[in-house]
Amino acid sequence: MKTRRALAVAGLTLLLAGCGGGSGGSSAPPAPSSAPEARRLTVLAAASLTEAFTGLAQRFEGDHPGVDIRLNFAGSSDLAQQIVNGAPADVFAAASDATMKTVTDAGLTAEAPQIFAKNVLQIATVPGNPKGIATFADLAKPDLNIVVCAPQVPCGAAAEKIEKATGVTLTPVSEEADVKSTLGKVISGDADAGLVYVTDVSSAKGDVQGVSFPEADQAATNYPIAVLKDAPQAELAQQFVDLVTGEAGQNELQAAGFGPGT
Amino acid sequence: MTRGDRPGAVGGKERSPRRLPVANPRNPARRVTTVGVPRLLWIPAAAALALVALPVVGLVLRADWPRMPELLTSDSALDALRLSLVTAAISTLLCVVLGGPLAVVLARGRVPGLRVLRSLVLLPLVLPPVVGGLALLYLLGRTGLVGSELNAWFGVTIPFTTTAVVLAQTFVAMPFLVVSLEGALRTGRGRYEAIAATLGAAPGYALRRVTVPLVLPGLASGSVLAFARCLGEFGATTAFAGSLQGTTRTLPLLVYLERESDVDGAIALSLLLVVVAVLVIAVARPRTAEGLS
Repeated sequence: MKTRRALAVAGLTLLLAGCGGGSGGSSAPPAPSSAPEARRLTVLAAASLTEAFTGLAQRFEGDHPGVDIRLNFAGSSDLAQQIVNGAPADVFAAASDATMKTVTDAGLTAEAPQIFAKNVLQIATVPGNPKGIATFADLAKPDLNIVVCAPQVPCGAAAEKIEKATGVTLTPVSEEADVKSTLGKVISGDADAGLVYVTDVSSAKGDVQGVSFPEADQAATNYPIAVLKDAPQAELAQQFVDLVTGEAGQNELQAAGFGPGT
Repeated sequence: MTRGDRPGAVGGKERSPRRLPVANPRNPARRVTTVGVPRLLWIPAAAALALVALPVVGLVLRADWPRMPELLTSDSALDALRLSLVTAAISTLLCVVLGGPLAVVLARGRVPGLRVLRSLVLLPLVLPPVVGGLALLYLLGRTGLVGSELNAWFGVTIPFTTTAVVLAQTFVAMPFLVVSLEGALRTGRGRYEAIAATLGAAPGYALRRVTVPLVLPGLASGSVLAFARCLGEFGATTAFAGSLQGTTRTLPLLVYLERESDVDGAIALSLLLVVVAVLVIAVARPRTAEGLS
């Protein structure tokens, strides 16, 4: 009988340990930051910028000794909500004009946002493209499992725009809440194809095959960036924005599949 | 089983009012000697209550009440509510039909390795639901271990169907039912069944006529917990079933999506979930309280 009770206690401990692990992990990092004169720059960026901005942040840290860049990648509307609700940050890079507008409308940017990159949709198919998808209209074939983003999120809005422009109506098996989920359903092989950004296909590194289509240009997504009004490191923040919009930044972004900003 | 096993059996006078604590678990007259609560406990207790209750207050205050009827009667909201209730009900039924016997086996079975089995059952409680969803996907997805066979032999694909939603919910809710019911079964410790057996009852008859009536409160509380867990299920569903209005987009998935474009809509739907959850608890509360004791 005692062993059963011990087991129950062990189970509970395990549960608690599971809870504690997460919070312990996230609360631990601030401690060592008390190192002298380490300046921390916090950059909130859309998830699709993960690869390009990670590279750029390393370059920036190399050029500015003593600066520690904290990158926070998430869906840009989540990030916009965080900024509006008072999250301390220096730079915001969004994946659509609409999400940046949430922040500018709240009067929280220090300057007018600049468009630093463009992204277009691409068809992601399972490797080898066994269903022979070649055009946007092919996606409407009845025997295909197509996944798209929901119209509420930028990638879904873009897909809807292309549907309207081309008159092709898609009947997806799922409308995902973010582009990485859409991509994931293709990578797992459960969907035959999905509509994602060209940069997602490039970051999937061969797990999916990209099929470009000319209509994608009609729904290009702008990526705006801005220094935030309450930036603790306003000067550094401006320098980071200059890096992103400058030649080095543009090269890095184009290597990740982005189109040039205006 | 000897009397010495029971911690209460050696107790003095204070145990006498409940000499047989399990003899009649539904007896409302059961009395327990009460001891005052140490004052110091009130502070953390209040903090715990505030942490649980205040966020809901935040939702209520932030809600756009004038637009509420319009937000809650949209096609997408009604579809999501219907889908949530139907799938949660089916999943709870599955939990009872499959998890009930599992609880009996765990509580009464005499098989080596039962402890390992019990830990396995707890797995969905400990795993992040999204991990459960991925696991289901790699088992039952089109290229999964079992899913590829289903697809090849029967042309059946599970992801992106309502079946996938039910499976995801059953997966995450199963431990709630099994643990509650197993606890209820354990308190009985098989004495009544043993007596029934000495009177000539076969195991099946004893289970039906003795065990089941005894553990009904535990079964009810487990079902309520499972149903509530199904209603709130998000991670496993989104990873395994996808999100399509009327087919796989349950209320939590719709809340997550609406939050992207219409925060007021998301808050309205969240409050709807709160109301449903409160109703479920209110309807089942007396039984729940007993079953968990």
